Amino acid sequence: MTSMCIYYYFGLLLFIAGAITPLVFPQKTKRFAYIFPTTGACAFAVFGMYLLFDHPLDISAASITPFLEFVFRGDAISGFFILLISILTFSVSIYSMGYTKDMVNKGVMSVLFNIFILSMYAVILSGNVITFLISWETMSVVSYFLVTFDRKEESASAGLLYAIMTHAGTAFIIAAFLLLYKYTGHMDFAGIKEAAKDIPAGIKTIIFAFAVIGFGTKAGIIPLHTWLPQAHPAAPSNISSLMSGVMIKTGIYGILRTVVDMLGVGPEWWGIAIILIGAVSSVLGILYALTENDMKRLLAYSSVENIGIILLGIGASMVLASSGLHTLSAIAMTAGLYHTLNHTLFKGLLFLGAGSVVHATHTKNMEEMGGLIKLMPYTAFFFLIGSVSICALPLFNGFVSEWLTFQALLFDFKSASAVAKLIAPLSGAALAFTGAMAVACFVKVFGISFLGMPRSEHARGAEVASPSMIAGMGFLSLLCLLTGIFPGHTIKFFSSSVFSLTGADFSSSGTGILSIREISSGISPLSLFIVMISLFIAAVFLVRIFGGKKKITYGNSWDCGIPSLTSRMQYTATAFTNPIRVTFKKIYLSKRHTKASYALKPYFAKAIEYRDDITPFFERYIYQPVTDFIHSLAGKVKHLQSGDLHLYLGYILATLILLLIFWS
Amino acid sequence: MENMQFIIIVIFSPLIQGIIKKLKANFQGRVGSSIFQPYYDLMRLFKKEMVVSHVTSWIFRVAPYIVFVSTIMAAIMVPVITTKSTYSITGDIIVLIYIFAMGKFFMALAALDSGTAFGGEGSSREMMVSILVEPMIMLCIFTTAIAAGSTNLAVIAEQHNTILTPSHMLAFFAFMIAIVADTGRIPVDNPDTHLELTMIHEGMLLEYSGRYLALMEWAHYMKQMLLFTIVVDMFFPLGIAYDGGMPEIAVAFGSYFLKILFLAGIMSVVESTRAKLRFFELPSLLGGSFALAVLSLLTLIMIGR
Repeated sequence: MTSMCIYYYFGLLLFIAGAITPLVFPQKTKRFAYIFPTTGACAFAVFGMYLLFDHPLDISAASITPFLEFVFRGDAISGFFILLISILTFSVSIYSMGYTKDMVNKGVMSVLFNIFILSMYAVILSGNVITFLISWETMSVVSYFLVTFDRKEESASAGLLYAIMTHAGTAFIIAAFLLLYKYTGHMDFAGIKEAAKDIPAGIKTIIFAFAVIGFGTKAGIIPLHTWLPQAHPAAPSNISSLMSGVMIKTGIYGILRTVVDMLGVGPEWWGIAIILIGAVSSVLGILYALTENDMKRLLAYSSVENIGIILLGIGASMVLASSGLHTLSAIAMTAGLYHTLNHTLFKGLLFLGAGSVVHATHTKNMEEMGGLIKLMPYTAFFFLIGSVSICALPLFNGFVSEWLTFQALLFDFKSASAVAKLIAPLSGAALAFTGAMAVACFVKVFGISFLGMPRSEHARGAEVASPSMIAGMGFLSLLCLLTGIFPGHTIKFFSSSVFSLTGADFSSSGTGILSIREISSGISPLSLFIVMISLFIAAVFLVRIFGGKKKITYGNSWDCGIPSLTSRMQYTATAFTNPIRVTFKKIYLSKRHTKASYALKPYFAKAIEYRDDITPFFERYIYQPVTDFIHSLAGKVKHLQSGDLHLYLGYILATLILLLIFWS
Repeated sequence: MENMQFIIIVIFSPLIQGIIKKLKANFQGRVGSSIFQPYYDLMRLFKKEMVVSHVTSWIFRVAPYIVFVSTIMAAIMVPVITTKSTYSITGDIIVLIYIFAMGKFFMALAALDSGTAFGGEGSSREMMVSILVEPMIMLCIFTTAIAAGSTNLAVIAEQHNTILTPSHMLAFFAFMIAIVADTGRIPVDNPDTHLELTMIHEGMLLEYSGRYLALMEWAHYMKQMLLFTIVVDMFFPLGIAYDGGMPEIAVAFGSYFLKILFLAGIMSVVESTRAKLRFFELPSLLGGSFALAVLSLLTLIMIGR
């Protein structure tokens, strides 16, 4: 117990105060309620940083009964995730001050908001199985309430799907922990870690599989991702930002904690399995994102993609660790954690941006947006930064982590087996594919919703977002740039987490430089930044000198001689992705419906109706049959429950007799 | 001096474009315009008045500069005639691909900014092509990078100063198809078309005029020459200088231009002898070359060369 714990208790107190204040003063809860989580996040950020720079720390261990012992413990791994939650909570709380202004039930929102964040901190800081599971359940339940917050029918069904999926996942997590307890005799994480090497290999594999399925459900790996594109759009945008930015990362934390930290280095195929899951999730995630016209759902699918990229790094690290290449393994782990950080920053930012847009236009459908860059200049600018970051374009943070991930996958070529040699570069190609599709996807999002002419009355009536919303987005944008051009500094922040996960250090040289000695290559985003800015200024000046004064005539866009272009003649979001839908129709299973009415067949069409539906493969061919089966099973079981009292008495009698017979 | 080698790209890229055009004209039995015509075009465009749509936003005005600057940035990172460089940032080829992606991103956005159907069409098609091309390029890069043990182009160039291995041969063919697609040439795109409905790259530039168009065009020429240079570095580095010695530089300069001219010749032959493919036939062409790239990687794993 050190003096640093004061930050923990201080933060805890603030969040509890934030949760209670709206209950005590329901009338007076203005948006200032969010000052509590804002400051609380600062306190936790300091605490997280302390964990990152110093040693593990036991916070509290309140023993109530022998089995129910609450243990909270922080180490470098949890420090990293604490910092992530704190950064995003800070910005989202500021954002929420403006965002929740016109919200109904904002007191309830404020209460849930605080408990939700506190439960995420609790998950990360849990030191034993019981504490972890209780925190995990709290997080799931509170987020369920937040998903169904607006009480619409679609939110309710999204929430139901989320609740079912998350509990199915939790079942696997519990099974994994029970197996760990059975074979190590410990409930305490530290104890499990100590004794984990004695677990038989077969059991280890089962635990690995259960942990990946359980935590993967929360993280949103394919095919366990189905709840994400339903639940994230249904929740209010500040909550979607938190869910996508940090809550799904608790799944990553769980995988790191149980598989990498507790079980230790496993066989090579574990890593290969993680790489494959990552590759499939990233490719399919972005493919589904591309065709989506609902802005928030698109972002949710893109989260699936990014979780895939994170897993590519982690998987590569596991493969390298099992080949004994610990330094390279540390670099690969750095790639994974770096992308975890980045995704928190830019996806948090993008969801906040989407929230501002939805708030201003009252629609999530991008086909009804357009031209918003002129009406909401700040939101557009920050959204552009988020898009550039998520597309991994240079100067911003996504680029650094994707570069590292590419390198990590290339390292896998050094591992012993031919399978890894083949899988790793092919996953690299999958990552390149994903990258190109992410560019297409965010060109679509930004181009269709912010550029061109407004496509509807909704878009024409958009207003500038409130200052606190802009501030929240601005802070995250700044961090996207800073972590993009100072990778050396950023990596130093969490090098202790990488060390405790892989047992090796990735010491990169310099501040803006990221060089990997093993491959005699590196990047220097800082000098890229400086050179690019100077080139930009030079280009502007040279063009001015060379071409003389700028002469511009403003006119209409090229209209082929038609009197005037209307906003309906613009390229639509559906049209934009049509080539992709056609090319990948085997994956999308798309069905095209056209209906035309003619004035004179077949030349003069009066009206054409066009619809292109994609079949969500996993929902239709995996989840639907399972649901149908459970339904029919329930239908059969129903007959047992006839409502007849005598029958029930008969059941009791039969049970009693059976028990008497078999109980001995 | 070795740090200024990107100037070669900046200055000579319009010339390469002029040469390709001239060769194509000769193939078609025309005299064709002078090989210096692209320079005249650029100069005229820089001086011309611009017509800008009032629908556009600042994205439209910033994009030409970003495209231009990012291409020069890419040029700075490529070893042209010598692998020696004092910049700490030079050479990593994955970075190069992402810098190109940056230009593409802003070009595609600018095309959507004017709110016309043609811009959107060009933008959408360009994105489609780049989705198919990028993994292929990356796989070719992986093959050479794994063989050289580095993703740094300078290291790759120094390591492979020998004849082509089987894996490199396959990767080379795949990469050439990728370049045809990425530079917007037949059979993927027709650079000379003026029919809006068939345009890909030109469709995105449709709203541009004057100096913005000049910047975009110049960037396009530079990108073309850069991609040729990357091919030369990855597959035929023979002759490239290792340090800044004058005689060596002179040899490198000469051999570099011969190699680039050779590639330009291949381009014009391909363009003159092929017909443009229908857009939806592209996936089979590019899928085929993707298979080539995978094969090259398999070859590297199987026989180690």
